[in-house]
Order: sequence, then structure tokens, then C-alpha cells
Amino acid sequence: MAFAIQFVIDVLSLGGAYALMALGLVIIYGILRLVNFAYGELIMVAGYTMFLTSGSGLPWIIMAVLAVGMAIVFGIITDYVAFRPVRAKSVTAVLITSFAFSNLLQNAALLFISPRPRNVPLPDIFSQTVSIGGAITPVRNLITIAASIVLLAAVAFLMRRTTLGIAMRAAATNFTMARMLGVPANLIISSAFALSGFLAGVVGILWIGRIGTVVPGVGLEPLLVAFIATVIGGMRSLPGAVVGGFLLALIDTTLNYTLSQDLLKFRDAFTFSLVILILLWRPEGLIKGPASGQRT
Amino acid sequence: MLEINDLSVSYGAIRAVRGVSFSVGKGELVSLLGANGAGKSSTIKCIAGALKAAGGSIALEGKDITTANPEQVIRAGLATVPETRDVFPDLTVAENLMLGAYIHRRDQAGNRQNLEKLHTLFPRLAERSNQPAGTLSGGEQQMLVIARALMARPRVLLLDEPSLGLAPAIVERIFEMIETLKKSGLTILLVEQNVNQALSVADRAYVMRLGAIATSGTAEEIRATSDLSAHYLGG
Ligand SMILES: Nc1ncnc2c1ncn2[C@@H]1O[C@H](COP(=O)(O)OP(=O)(O)OP(=O)(O)O)[C@@H](O)[C@H]1O
Ligand SMILES: [Mg+2]
Repeated sequence: MAFAIQFVIDVLSLGGAYALMALGLVIIYGILRLVNFAYGELIMVAGYTMFLTSGSGLPWIIMAVLAVGMAIVFGIITDYVAFRPVRAKSVTAVLITSFAFSNLLQNAALLFISPRPRNVPLPDIFSQTVSIGGAITPVRNLITIAASIVLLAAVAFLMRRTTLGIAMRAAATNFTMARMLGVPANLIISSAFALSGFLAGVVGILWIGRIGTVVPGVGLEPLLVAFIATVIGGMRSLPGAVVGGFLLALIDTTLNYTLSQDLLKFRDAFTFSLVILILLWRPEGLIKGPASGQRT
Repeated sequence: MLEINDLSVSYGAIRAVRGVSFSVGKGELVSLLGANGAGKSSTIKCIAGALKAAGGSIALEGKDITTANPEQVIRAGLATVPETRDVFPDLTVAENLMLGAYIHRRDQAGNRQNLEKLHTLFPRLAERSNQPAGTLSGGEQQMLVIARALMARPRVLLLDEPSLGLAPAIVERIFEMIETLKKSGLTILLVEQNVNQALSVADRAYVMRLGAIATSGTAEEIRATSDLSAHYLGG
């Protein structure tokens, strides 16, 4: 029983984090059909903001809010620097500019801060554990689960109930038609980047909370995870990203529990093999995106 | 009301529209006819701001909108129903209509009133309010895109082949509705391949051929020359 509870909490907390990461990536992809390779660096920005404000004596929650705020700001900057100037010209150009911007941010962190890990302030509660039904689990896992439930609900509300969210969904299926109804292209794209930055910021704090330190390359794994989760779930579907995130977490956690110590080194190889199998079975991902308003 | 002067549209090296000029007066229903590939849709998309003009000018109520982007064109009072019948398939009928009123989103009372009016014009849409638009039939989708365009309360409406691929009974209904809109004083530019139907509701018509205006005149005049036009209009 304790084992089952432990397993479920591990899957849900990892899955919640993966789902939020994937959602942040797919929100941009859905609208622009472009992968933002600088997405992982938004997580890095959140981490370094925490590090840089750690000596300020501010309450932790204020530092966290600042970190999320900076991730939003850098999300919007990504649009202005890497996407907007070349968006209309070519997909290849945007791939290169977003890679370049990702590199630029990482190198700035290397140069101006340090290549070595820096401590990120965390409230005590992050390192405490609780016992639930005999399973000992870190409180931060429960915080991650709660945060992902709240954020997934908030994003669902935004996308289904607000004019901005509905306009963003419309723009994701047919950008030109949405503009022809008066929905401003730049507002939609900036909102998508801001939302993406917001998710990256929150997930960044939760993610970095596991290790307690930030390094310039901290964003690589989240970017990879988000990318794989969206590919499994369906690149163009928001629910797909969430499903993909939880499924990937289920695969990873199951492998963690079942693989022997020598095989655990190759966990990612097993994960990728499973991902390939899923894609052979469902090349478009588990959940197909909205049909793109075609002639009937 | 709408003045097109020497308009050209290019796709790379392909010149789809070559110096087209025409006008639509206030309250007038003008039809733009022509065979497949004549450049009608390109002209429409260019007026709507979805394509850049390679030359010439477009003026709406005396205001130059040649370089306006789509969101500016709709705010200027011109709504477009593209031939691709672009409903947002995963949004509900109600959400599609709500987005049609995006530029009036601060005036919810006005939108409700307008929606009620449109629901009497298109009762089917009222019944299907909470259904994803992608599940509507082709005719219903066409009604939806027209109603959605009207939610913007435009003064000029561009309709690109509203009868495309629809059963005769539905086409009949669509044309009745177009007449109703005309009677309400709306200025309409109607692109059609359904020449007889189009001429029966139009005041005037222009016939496009290979990217240029080949013939123009009142509906009667065009109909009188229909022997000639039958060749390239296909009826
Ligand atoms: N995206 C595009 N890229 C290249 N050429 C295009 C494009 N769209 C249209 N064309 C070309 O421009 C010309 C005019 O096309 P357009 O769609 O304006 O014709 P149309 O009169 O609306 O035809 P139809 O009655 O079939 O809708 C055609 O030769 C077409 O092949
Ligand atoms: Mg056409």
C-alpha cells in the first residue's frame, strides 16, 4: 500500500511538472508552428533570479514572484528578439534565432555569473518530508502536485472561458482568419509567450527546488522533456501536452522503480525506445490537434 | 464606398491580379465573376489585408487601406467571408460568433442584441450554439461564417463564393439571405461562379479573366452578353 502511494505521488508530481513544461512549449507551437528552443532558458532565468535576490532579505514568496515575473519578461523578449523579426520570413531562420538566443542567455549566465552551480534559496518546507499511509514523501512533491493542479485548471479556464483564451485557440487553428476578425496578431503572440514564460517560471522554481542549485545548462532537460511530452501527446493539442507529460512521467517513474542499478544508467534509452514505439503506433501523437479549418 | 484602383497581386513571380479597378457604391450589391483562377479570391484577400498589394490602391469610405493589415481592415468596417469557409472547428458555434464580435467586445449589450437578430436570420445556429463548429454541415458552416462576419457589424461585406459545394436548396437559402442583407442597406461585394444566381441579386457585375477585368456593367447588361461569357464562366 505504502509502495503504491509512493508510486502514485512520484508519478503525479513528476507528471505535473512535465505537463506544465510541455504546455509552455505547445502554447507557442500551436500558434506559430515553431518550437521555441530558448524555452529552457526561461527556467534558467527563473533560477538565477532566485539566486541573485537571495541576499536581498526579501521574503521567499516575493523572490519566487520576481523569478516568475522575470521568466515572463524573458518570454516576451524571446518573441521580440528571436521570433518577431524573422517570423514571417522562414521557419529555418526562427529555428536558428531561437537557438542563438538560447545560447546567448546561457553564455551570459556563464560569463556574468558562473559556470558552477549556484544555490537557490528554498523555504524549509521544500526539504521536509511527510508520511502518508506509510509512504515517506518530500513535501515539495505534494507542492508540485498542488501547483500543477491549480495551474492546469487556471490555464484551462483561461483558454476556455476568456475572450483572450478563445482568441488564442482560434489563432492556433487559423491565424489569418482570427486576424480578419480583428484579433491582433501581436497581442496573441505576446500573450502566448507571456503564458509560456509564466509556466516556465513556476515549473523552474519547482524543478530547481529538487536540486537546490542552478547552472547555465539547467534548462536543457526541461526543454527535452517538454519536447518529448508534446511529441507523444500531439504537438498541436494542449490536452495532448498534459497527457504526454503525465505519460512520460509514468514511463520514467516505472523504469526508476523496476530497472536494476546497472540498467538505470540507460533509463533514457528505454524511455526513448518506448517513445518511438508510441510514435510508430500514433505518428501524430496520442491526441490529434484541432483540424485546421479546411474546406468542407 | 469601396474603391479599387489598378490593383495588382503577385505570388512570387506569378501575377494573379493585374491592374484591376472597380468600385462598390453605398448600399450596392456588386458581383465579381470569372472562371477558376481568374484572380477573384486573390483580389478579395488583398482587400481584406491578408495579402499585400503589389501595386495600386484600395480605399474604404475615402480612407486608404491599401497597406492595412487584416485587423485594421475589419476595424475600418469591412468584413470578409473567405471561400475556404474558415470556421474555427474546435470552438463552439457560440464561441465562433463571440469572436466575430471581437472588435466590439466592450459592448456586450450591443453584441447580445446583434446575436439575437442573427439567430432569427439563422435559426439553425441558435439550435447548435454549444456544438463544435467542425461538426456542422457545409451549409451550416457557411451560415456560421456569414453570421460571424456580421457580428463585427460591418458596413461592407465581402463574400467569396458562398454557394461553393452546397446543395441547390441551401444555395437558394443563402441567396435569399444575401438579398435580406442587401435590403438592410449593407454594401456587398459577392464573388460567385454561380453566374445566374449572382446576377439575379446583383445591381452590377464585373467579369474577371486572367487577372484583369474583362467586362463590366449592370446585371442586365452582363446577362445579355452571357452567350459570350458562358464560354469562360461555365454557365
Ligand atoms: N498561394 C498561392 N501561391 C501561388 N499562386 C497562387 C496562390 N493562390 C492563388 N494562386 C494563383 O493565382 C491565380 C488566381 O487564383 P485565385 O484563387 O485568385 O482565383 P479565383 O478566381 O478565386 O479562382 P476560383 O474560382 O477557383 O476560386 C491562379 O492562377 C492561382 O493558381
Ligand atoms: Mg476563388
